[in-house]
Amino acid sequence: MVDPALRDEIDALYADYAEALDDNRLERWPDFFVEDCLYKVVPRENWERGLPIALMLCESRRMLQDRVTAVRNTAVYAPRAFRHLIAQFRIKAETPERLRVTANYVVFQTLVDDLTRIQNAGKYVDLVVRTTEGLRFKEKICVFDSVLVPNSLIYPI
Amino acid sequence: MDDSAPRLGPDTTARRWPEGGLARVPYWIYTDPEVYRAEQERIFCGRSWAYVALEAELPRPGDFIRTYVGEKPVVVVRDLEGGINVLLNRCAHRGVEFCQHAPGNAREFMCPYHQWTYDLRGNLMAVPFRRGVRRQGGMPEDFRLEEHGLTRFKVVRRHGVIFASLAEEMPGLEDYLGPTMLQYFDRVFDGRPLKVLGYMRQRIGANWKLMFENIKDPYHASLLHVFLVTFGLFRADQPSAVAMDESGMHSALVSMRGEQMASEGTAEMKSFKADFKLADPRLLDPVREFPGNATVVMQTIWPNLIVQQQSNTLAMRQLVTRGPAKFDLMWTFFGYESDPPEMTERRIRQANLMGPSGFVSVDDGEIMEFSQHGIDAFPRDQGVVEMGGRDVRNEDHMVTEAAIRGFYRHYRAVMGL
Repeated sequence: MVDPALRDEIDALYADYAEALDDNRLERWPDFFVEDCLYKVVPRENWERGLPIALMLCESRRMLQDRVTAVRNTAVYAPRAFRHLIAQFRIKAETPERLRVTANYVVFQTLVDDLTRIQNAGKYVDLVVRTTEGLRFKEKICVFDSVLVPNSLIYPI
Repeated sequence: MDDSAPRLGPDTTARRWPEGGLARVPYWIYTDPEVYRAEQERIFCGRSWAYVALEAELPRPGDFIRTYVGEKPVVVVRDLEGGINVLLNRCAHRGVEFCQHAPGNAREFMCPYHQWTYDLRGNLMAVPFRRGVRRQGGMPEDFRLEEHGLTRFKVVRRHGVIFASLAEEMPGLEDYLGPTMLQYFDRVFDGRPLKVLGYMRQRIGANWKLMFENIKDPYHASLLHVFLVTFGLFRADQPSAVAMDESGMHSALVSMRGEQMASEGTAEMKSFKADFKLADPRLLDPVREFPGNATVVMQTIWPNLIVQQQSNTLAMRQLVTRGPAKFDLMWTFFGYESDPPEMTERRIRQANLMGPSGFVSVDDGEIMEFSQHGIDAFPRDQGVVEMGGRDVRNEDHMVTEAAIRGFYRHYRAVMGL
């Protein structure tokens, strides 16, 4: 059994994470990670077959910042809004400071003059660590279900 | 503007190529369902070598993958003798797409509907109840298994790349590409065994030809792609070239990497950011690996392939058509079996530039949908393709749309338009 207090803490971490992305406060996104981190968005077919290619691969918090810079300043794309739903947490404490967390997620995307649609659905396969500033992601791997992405996946999930 | 009153019935003027020859492209070629149907027959099932797979995806006998030629589902399979077969994924009995699992390994293919069974070369081996049950029913006496095999494509292979065709008479791949394009093809596929690193796939709400136009258009690359230009990966004033085969059906965009600096090539680009720096420079740490000075070669091969070499990221981009205003872009990233681990790492890291989340290619997917949205309501209008002149010739700069004109010269000949 995971301590209910720890479960609440994890829940709050993911709620804050989703809120930062959904409220378009992208500059805050790297703050959820430790400096030496790994962030990946991987199609399930690559994940299951052990193929290393990822749609997004960030091997440090600085690479997360480069993603933010690109989304904000260099990428050309239609405006959009997001909504993350995250559920079914599984928490396994390797040590009190190292937590393996998996959860399901769905990201809805709304484009201008269009209906709200599912942009991406999958599972998070995460490693959460306790730092002096609270819980942070050491690894966050987003394994998405569909073979196909509806056009582009610009913002992190 | 299309401001005429709505018409009913057949409109014979609607599909006439506009005045202005190669420098104009009518918008109905991106929207008309009948044009799309004709393209399936004349282009994808016509005299073309369509890319279907890399041999590295099918290393062992029995290995198969599902893929598409145009919109037609096919299975690519290595048979027990090591040969490669490309078979229509459609049972000869009632048209069922029999192979649903991919990728995999099989000794035979069995349609789940009535269990018709085929060998790996598409020959029909068995039909249940062929002789009936208790002397009742069964196939007619003159039913011949050998007349009901799967539809087989012709196959060519070169240095690990597999192409297929339904045409009766096809030149070899070398003649199909011509000497100039063959040289670019062999630059990446030099005979070293390939290693597949993974896949990305995206569904883009645009006509498939817009993808080819995009890769044949270096003019946009030096303006739209702020990331490329800002970090010096592609810029209008860098030494570059646009090359085609004699027909214009295939082409290559070639360029050399420069420094990040303001210059004549960025002066007219409103979005250039001279002061941007990567916080983690490992993303742009390419090493030279091919002979010559080119650091990027984007080759388009009629009718469905783009071979991408940008720095150290290598990929096949295969087009699968899904109707007039929709296509899937299937990216197969690869390296060489002989790559040291740090080169594999570099290729995987540089894949951040490409695909549905790529620092560069995000722009293209979005722009193609903007194009389709702009075109959809105006089939009788036309696009202007005059940059670099109104003719088709190879150039040693990138301020040109010559390769788009070359593409449509060939397209019109094939389509009879």
